[in-house]
Amino acid sequence: MLCDICKQNVATVHLTQMVEGKTKKVDLCEACSKEKGVDDPTGFSLADLLLGLGAAQEVEQSLPSGEAKCSRCGFTHSDFKKTGRLGCAECYTTFAEGLEGLLKNMHKGTKHLGKAPAAFRQTLDLSDKLQSLQVRLDKAVSDEQFESAAQIRDEINSVKNQITELASG
Amino acid sequence: MNIHEFLASPPEDSKRTGPHDRIVLSSRVRLARNLRGMSFPGWAKKPERIKALETVRPAVESLEQMSEAFSESMDNLTALDKQILVERHLISREHAAKNAGSGLVLNREESLCVMINEEDHLRMQSLRPGLQIKEAWQAIDQIDSLVEKKLDYAFSPTLGYLTACPTNLGTGIRVSAMLHLPALVISEQINQIIQAVNKLGLAVRGLYGEGTEALGNVFQVSNQMTLGELETDIVERLNKVLAQLIEHEENGRASLLENKPKVVFNQIGRAYGILANAHSISSKETMNLLSLFRLGIDLGLFPGTARSLVDELFLITQPAHLQRNYSEKLSADERDLLRSDMLRERLRSVSRPHTVPATPTSSKLDKPTE
Repeated sequence: MLCDICKQNVATVHLTQMVEGKTKKVDLCEACSKEKGVDDPTGFSLADLLLGLGAAQEVEQSLPSGEAKCSRCGFTHSDFKKTGRLGCAECYTTFAEGLEGLLKNMHKGTKHLGKAPAAFRQTLDLSDKLQSLQVRLDKAVSDEQFESAAQIRDEINSVKNQITELASG
Repeated sequence: MNIHEFLASPPEDSKRTGPHDRIVLSSRVRLARNLRGMSFPGWAKKPERIKALETVRPAVESLEQMSEAFSESMDNLTALDKQILVERHLISREHAAKNAGSGLVLNREESLCVMINEEDHLRMQSLRPGLQIKEAWQAIDQIDSLVEKKLDYAFSPTLGYLTACPTNLGTGIRVSAMLHLPALVISEQINQIIQAVNKLGLAVRGLYGEGTEALGNVFQVSNQMTLGELETDIVERLNKVLAQLIEHEENGRASLLENKPKVVFNQIGRAYGILANAHSISSKETMNLLSLFRLGIDLGLFPGTARSLVDELFLITQPAHLQRNYSEKLSADERDLLRSDMLRERLRSVSRPHTVPATPTSSKLDKPTE
């Protein structure tokens, strides 16, 4: 088994850590383990090590030819490999596929929970409203309640208009 | 006003108190935010970084909370100024390395500090003495809500706030506390505790954050995951873990006194002996010995000596704080001499440790309340 970091020497240090029920493993040679401070438990967290390590690998594996490039800022996947950072907010769309597995390993979930800017909160609330109206409309139509269906359709249109207004404002 | 005039003097700074500050030195919550349509600072070219700074800085300065703030571009600060800010834990070591195109806005109370163009366009931090992470979160949440009205944040409904490093994605929140845990180190329980804390998805680091040593038995505990969880849940979880750590450290102190009093008295006595009598001492040795001196005060071995003396010494013996009293550049060896002079002088009025504390009142458990 080769070292996960240098990929040259035989791995002699094998680490396993459970983080919130997920098992994370890493195999290192002696030189790399020293360099990463694995022999000093106070300064060491496997997650830190894995984040730096897994990030580049997973993006590399999931990108077809390694030529993906952000159209807004010109950042490439090899830049990510070098720095572990992205170039701009757009990069999250460009490299979405490669990042998914990485985010899953790194975080509790892959969907944001928590604070959103007020403008987005309104849009999010409205799209929730839109969804429930759509459900009511479908039901009204199948129940042949055409009068209330017409009413719901008017409401849907007004919510749609509000969303468009928010998006353009 | 320059940064030296702006910052509280070390004696003032070390008199700030908060809940459980016997063990919890300080609490911090920071939020990472970026501007839509602009490259992250690490990838942006200089003109774009300057443009981001010129957009963010006035927005932050115009907040009511920042009315008497210290606001400066990083290239207008000297290396010494920046190092002072690092030693005060107001900016990161990474930010201290920045120049033109990066900035800093710090409020009058030194409780809110915004780093501009560190790794992200905004790194907004709220700082509190003692255990006050909920209060720190509320304060920075409020600031963030005000800033979002002035700036267009990079935000995705599914991924949340978009950050330069995927480790900060989502909430962009880092909640942390700095803990003084000498008993857990002396009783060799610390590694086990660190592992247990790691298993809960929290990181334990040294005095100056990522990749630093736990000098002076000071450890920083923080959340690691930022996506897929509510900010308040993260704060709550850290609060629970901190309450347990406080309890472990208090129990550790009590059981050391009961089972190994000689080990404790020996270490504290030797620390006092060296601090009060050395004629050359490095900053690292000073921090480690001051930690034991602080423990001695907590255990009632130095009646009449306030904890704030140690906290002040901890600050003023660090390299930049020491250097700023002298106009010529000191070498490390010269600093070691001057540091020991200062320690001998300040400890002259502190009597030798009372190794049989009459009433160990302060060793009663400092149990956190919810």
